[in-house]
Amino acid sequence: MLNVKNISVSYRKGELILDDLSFSAGEGNIVVLLGPNGAGKTTLLRSINAILKPQKGVVEFENQNVLKMPAGQIAKIMGYVAQRNNAGNTSVFDAVLLGRKPHVGLKTSPTDFAKVSHILQQLGLESLTMRKINQLSGGELQKVCIARAFVQEPGIFLLDEPTSNLDLKNQLDILHTIRDIVKKNSLTAVITMHNLNLAFRFADKIILLNKGKIFAQGTAESITPEILSQVYGVQVEIISHNGNPVIVPV
Amino acid sequence: MILRQNRLKYRIVPFPEYRKYIYRKRLFIATLVMVCLVSFFSSVSIGTVTIPYSEVIKTLLGLSGSPRFQNIITNIRLPNALAALIAGSGLAISGAVMQSVIRNPLGSPFTLGISQAGAFGAAVAIIFAGSGVMQSTQAGAITVTNPFITIGWAFFMCVLSALIIVLIAKFYSTNPEVIVLCGVALGAAFSAGTMFLQYFADDVQLAAIVFWSFGDVGRADWTEVSIMAIVVVPGTLFFILNRWNYNAIEAGDETARGLGVRVEWVRILGMIVASLITAVIVSFLGIIAFVGLISPHMVRRFVGDDYRFVIPASCLSGAALLLVSDIAARIMLKPHVLPVAVLTSFIGAPLFLYLLLSKRIK
Repeated sequence: MLNVKNISVSYRKGELILDDLSFSAGEGNIVVLLGPNGAGKTTLLRSINAILKPQKGVVEFENQNVLKMPAGQIAKIMGYVAQRNNAGNTSVFDAVLLGRKPHVGLKTSPTDFAKVSHILQQLGLESLTMRKINQLSGGELQKVCIARAFVQEPGIFLLDEPTSNLDLKNQLDILHTIRDIVKKNSLTAVITMHNLNLAFRFADKIILLNKGKIFAQGTAESITPEILSQVYGVQVEIISHNGNPVIVPV
Repeated sequence: MILRQNRLKYRIVPFPEYRKYIYRKRLFIATLVMVCLVSFFSSVSIGTVTIPYSEVIKTLLGLSGSPRFQNIITNIRLPNALAALIAGSGLAISGAVMQSVIRNPLGSPFTLGISQAGAFGAAVAIIFAGSGVMQSTQAGAITVTNPFITIGWAFFMCVLSALIIVLIAKFYSTNPEVIVLCGVALGAAFSAGTMFLQYFADDVQLAAIVFWSFGDVGRADWTEVSIMAIVVVPGTLFFILNRWNYNAIEAGDETARGLGVRVEWVRILGMIVASLITAVIVSFLGIIAFVGLISPHMVRRFVGDDYRFVIPASCLSGAALLLVSDIAARIMLKPHVLPVAVLTSFIGAPLFLYLLLSKRIK
């Protein structure tokens, strides 16, 4: 169980980027952070795993305050995929193997290699195993970064716009894979997104941020067109298509 | 908390391609070890007086051999070869780590102004601390009469330059671009300082400053070799222990932080250790350009950006490059011995251009 309590972040004195945010996420849940640009989604994500130290607040996981843990320990609990990732002259296998860093002592073991192989298969990346990551498409690189977070074996995934560089098929593939792994292993995922339709389809809980505050939170069904209109400043309608909610700007 | 074994059953799959890929990298490193060994023995053997390899091996093993050869090997060739081995490794490994921590392919002791600071320190010592009186040797070369004052000043300036960069990184910004630009600015400032001193120096002092700036492994005796080893060996171990951190930084600062790397500390400590290694080498041997820049780029072509391999491979290639350059410097204009820095620049500049034009440098 992830509990985020009263998180406040400011870059300058008196200017709050996040203002007293609290939410919780249970095991097997996907929480999607939504909101307009600059709402504080990425800042919140970076505060959860202490990449950015919040001025106030607590992040609890299994009744331990994550913010007081050493960085190496946090990396064993939380896997983070950043919005931007560098692509160097290294193989896909090695790029994913890097995810084992928090668990590796002096030397990698055959188990580490086996775990990397397993994740590469699970994400359908086995054909790219020996490809250099600087030769991958944006979508493939995104998948590799997600694979790296998976192989970290965290309890919580923090994914910053994981579908931003992917085509529609890959967006669905990735979100299905994330959902499968999260559900099967009773993990928790906190994901920032801009695609409202995918968010409504895959989220167990939606948190709408606006100007550093939580404007609304709850299941997809509890988010009304009025709430979305107020957050985004655009009139929308939510219609149902084959049982899936579809958000249409008016 | 973690994907436990009972939660996710791992199917152990074979990965023969990856094994081959790693094997090729290890083979490359083994080849570099062989090149280093051959270069080392050749460096001891080749010179104004050629010593047979059998005599070299006998002397190195402590077996009886020709007393004349033993004398040359023990007092001249062996310290020279060891100085080239240690300095080459140290400069290359410092360059490799600087390229990682400042995330810039131009990272090297030169780019960060450390070498120029050493030259400025030596110029200060020669002009103001009285170490600039020259004397002719039998071979017609000139030597600085009080090398310890010169070394001390050069070292002080190198450390000062590194310290300025580290302090800027610590208190202002660890942004790689800021670090590189600070290095460029410091390098320019120290070069200007050296030129200023040269302008007001008399003929002898000017000759001494220029002479000092020619990096040469021939200056090292056993004491200097030992001091360099004391700094370079633990420094190398430190870098090897941090190899995963450097790999993580290559993937991006945010990703590295997500993997539990304290990026700022890794960057600052890497800079401190790399600067210290460079400062010791530059102070004892003078400016040896291009080894720190070119060696990591050469090996990246074969082992990629993976610091598990870049660090040992850079270390070995730097040693081999300096050993081979030193041999060439000894035999090119026999019986005259050129400073090795002339050769490294001659080899390094076109090689760097080749790597750049063949798009081997990011």
